[in-house]
Amino acid sequence: MKKTIALLLCLLLILALAAGCSGGGDKKSAGVMTYAEYAAAALDTKVVIETYVQAKQSWWDDKATVYTQDKDGAYFLYNMACSEADYAKLVPGTKIKVTGYKSEWSGEVEVVDATFEIESGKYIAKALDVTKLLGTDDLIKHQNEFVSFKGMTVEPIQDADGKDAAFLYKWNGTGSEGDDLYFNVSLNGKTYNFTVESYLCDKDSDVYKAVKALQIGDKIDLEGFLYWYEGVNPHITSVKTAK
Amino acid sequence: MKRFFSLLLCLLMIPGMLLLTGCHGSRSLPDFVPPEEFDESRSYTVTFWAKNDTNKTQTRIYEKAIEDFQALYPNITVNLRLYTDYSKIYNDVITNISTNTTPNVCITYPDHIATYLTGSGTVVPLDELFADPDYGLGGARLRFPSPKEDEVVPQFLGECAFAEHHYAIPFMRSTEACYVNKTFVEALGYTLPETLTWDFVWEVSEAALAKDSQGNYLVNGQKVMIPFIYKSTDNMMIQMLRQKGADYSTPEGDILLFNDTTRELLYTVAEHAATGAFSTFKISSYPGNFLNAGQCIFAVDSTAGATWMGSRAPLMDISADRVVDFETAVLPIPQFDPQTPRMISQGPSICVFNKADPQEVLASWLFAQYLLTDEVQTAYAETEGYVPVTRTAQASAEYRDYLDRCGEDDLEHYEVKIRASRLLLDHVGDTFVTPVFNGSASLRDAAGQLIENTAKSVRRKETVDDAYMDELFRDVNSLYRLGSGSTGGRKDLGPLPGTAVFLLSALVVVWILLLAYWLFDLLRKRKRENGT
Repeated sequence: MKKTIALLLCLLLILALAAGCSGGGDKKSAGVMTYAEYAAAALDTKVVIETYVQAKQSWWDDKATVYTQDKDGAYFLYNMACSEADYAKLVPGTKIKVTGYKSEWSGEVEVVDATFEIESGKYIAKALDVTKLLGTDDLIKHQNEFVSFKGMTVEPIQDADGKDAAFLYKWNGTGSEGDDLYFNVSLNGKTYNFTVESYLCDKDSDVYKAVKALQIGDKIDLEGFLYWYEGVNPHITSVKTAK
Repeated sequence: MKRFFSLLLCLLMIPGMLLLTGCHGSRSLPDFVPPEEFDESRSYTVTFWAKNDTNKTQTRIYEKAIEDFQALYPNITVNLRLYTDYSKIYNDVITNISTNTTPNVCITYPDHIATYLTGSGTVVPLDELFADPDYGLGGARLRFPSPKEDEVVPQFLGECAFAEHHYAIPFMRSTEACYVNKTFVEALGYTLPETLTWDFVWEVSEAALAKDSQGNYLVNGQKVMIPFIYKSTDNMMIQMLRQKGADYSTPEGDILLFNDTTRELLYTVAEHAATGAFSTFKISSYPGNFLNAGQCIFAVDSTAGATWMGSRAPLMDISADRVVDFETAVLPIPQFDPQTPRMISQGPSICVFNKADPQEVLASWLFAQYLLTDEVQTAYAETEGYVPVTRTAQASAEYRDYLDRCGEDDLEHYEVKIRASRLLLDHVGDTFVTPVFNGSASLRDAAGQLIENTAKSVRRKETVDDAYMDELFRDVNSLYRLGSGSTGGRKDLGPLPGTAVFLLSALVVVWILLLAYWLFDLLRKRKRENGT
C-alpha cells in the first residue's frame, strides 16, 4: 500500500512539474492577477496585471493608450498615466506591471486610471487566426488580442454621397487623408467593418497605404488588434493579398 | 566690407535686444484699425478653420458659402480647414499664436477666445467693425445682404462680448435636451410632465432598475439598463448650480465652484451612480447608443446631436438588430424649479484673428460676416438641432417651412431634430452662459470632473463623505490650476524674471565687448599703417 501511495505521489509530482514547465501560461508575481482572474473580475474593480506591450496607440498630456497581451489574454490600457520619457520605453515586448480599474466603454473592456512600472521580461504575441470565430459568440473571448483574418473579401462601403467605395476616411466618409480608415470585408456572406486607427497606424504606415489601394472584390489576409466598439471593430495593422 | 557688415549687425542687435527686454508682455501685433476703404485692387487669402460634426452636409455648406463668397469677392480666396473637435481647433490655435500663424477666421467658443486673448492683440475686437457704415453689420458697401446688428439675436450676440468688447459673432446656437424613451416611462407607470424635474428623473431611473429572477431588467428585458446618462457633465453641474441660484464664478474670474451646493449636488450624483441609475458618457459611452438600444430612458445631449437620437434616427452607431422601437420625447433638461427653467446656451461662434495687414483683416471680417447671411444660416441650422442666430434667418420663409414640415421624413425633416430646434427657439429667454475669462475653459472642465470622479468613486465602492469631498475639491482645484489666480481679460505679464534680465544683459555686454575689441583692433591697425 505504501509503495502504491509513494508511486502515486511521484507520478503526481512529475505531472505537476511537467505542467509548470510547459510554458502554457504566464507566471505572475505575488499580488498580480492571472488573465483568468482579470477576465472574471467585475467591472469597476481594482486590477493588478502583468502584461507585455504589443503596440502603442497614442500619448497625450502624460497619458498613454497601449495594446498589451500576455500568453493567456489581452488588456487594452486606456489613458494610462505615463510620462513622455516612459512612453518611449514602451517598445513592443516590454513587460509592465499595471495597476488600474477594469472598465467597459461601448463594449470595449479596458483598464483605466492606471499606473505602471516596467519589469524585466519580453513577449511578443503571434497573431491568432480567428477567422473561423467571426460571427460567433466565442470571438469576444479574444477581445484586444493580436489576431489574423484569412481570405476575406473587400466589400463596398457607401461614402457620404451614397456611392460605393473600397474604404472611407472616417466612418461616414467625411474625413480626409490622415483620418481613420474604415472598410468592409466579408466571409461566408457576412460583412464586417474594420478600421485602420490613425493614431496606431498613421498615413505613412504600410497598412494605411495598403487599405487606400484596396479594390472592391480583393481577397486579403489581415492582422490587427481585436478592438470592440458597439460590436467587433478590429484595429488593423497589416493587409496583404490572400495567400 | 565684411567688417562694415559686422558693425552694422552689432548695432542692429543691441537695440534689438534692448527691445526684447522692453516688449515682454506687450502686444506683438499692432491694434487693428479698420481701413476706411477695402482695397479691392489687391488679392487676399483668408484661412478659415471650421468644425463639422462628421456631417458631410455641413462640409458642403461651408464649401458652398466659400464658393458664393468668392464669386462676390473674386480678390479673396478662402481656404477651408475642417476639424471634428473644438478642442483640436483650440490646441492648434494656441500652438499657432506663438508663431503668428493663426488662421484668419475661426469657429470657436468664447471660453477659448478668452485664452487666445492672452496673446495680446491676437483676436480682433469687432465693435468698430460692427458699427462701420460701409463694411459693418448691414453695411452699405457689402455685396451681400448682411443682417443689421439688432437683427442678430441680442442674447446670442451678447454671449460674444467679454473683456469690454465683442470678440466674436455667433454662428449657430444649440442647448441641451433630454431625449426620453416615453414608451418606457409609461410602462413604468409614470406620465411625462411638460417640464422634467430632477426628482422625477431620479425617481423613474431608480424604478427602472427592477430585475426579474434571471437578472434581466423588467422594463426592457435586457441585461443592460442605465436609466439616466448625461453626455456633458460640465454642463450638468453648471446648469444645476444656475438652477439652484448657486455660485460658480464671477465675471472677473473668481472661482466659486467649490461650494456647499456643489457638494450637495455631488452627494445626489453619488447616490444614483451607486445604484446604477446614473452614468456619464465618459464612463459608459454615448447616451444615444444606449437610448436607441432600449438601454437608457433619459439621455441628455446637445440639441446639435438630435440626429443620433431615437429609434428612427438617421445616424446610428449600433447595428440595426439592436435598435428598439420606442416613442421619443424631446424635453428641456431636468429642472429644480419647472416654473423658471434654466438651460445652457451653447454652439459655435466666429472670431477674426489680427494680422499685420489691416486690409487682410477686413477681408477676413467680410467673410466672417457672410456666414451670417440667411442662406448660410438656414442651411447649416437644418443639418442638426441648431438654431440660426439671426432674426432674419429665423423668420425666413424657408426656415419656417422647414420647421412646419417636422416629421415629414426621417432625414431632412427628422422629427426629433426639428423638435430639438424648436425647444431652443421656445426657450431662448431661459438660456444662459457662464462668464468668460482667461481660465473659464478650465473651470468648465473642473465642473465636469467633479461629477465624473464622484460617479467613478461610488462605482468603485469608495466611501463618498465629507472627507472625500474635501479631497476631491482640492484635487480638482489643483488639477485645473484654478487657484493660480487667472483673471479675465488681457494681463500684463509684469517685469522679466531676474534670470532672464541677467542673461539678456550678459548678451548685451558680450556684444559691447566684441564691438570695443573690434574698434580697438581697427584703431591699432590704422595707427600701425600710419606709422609705416
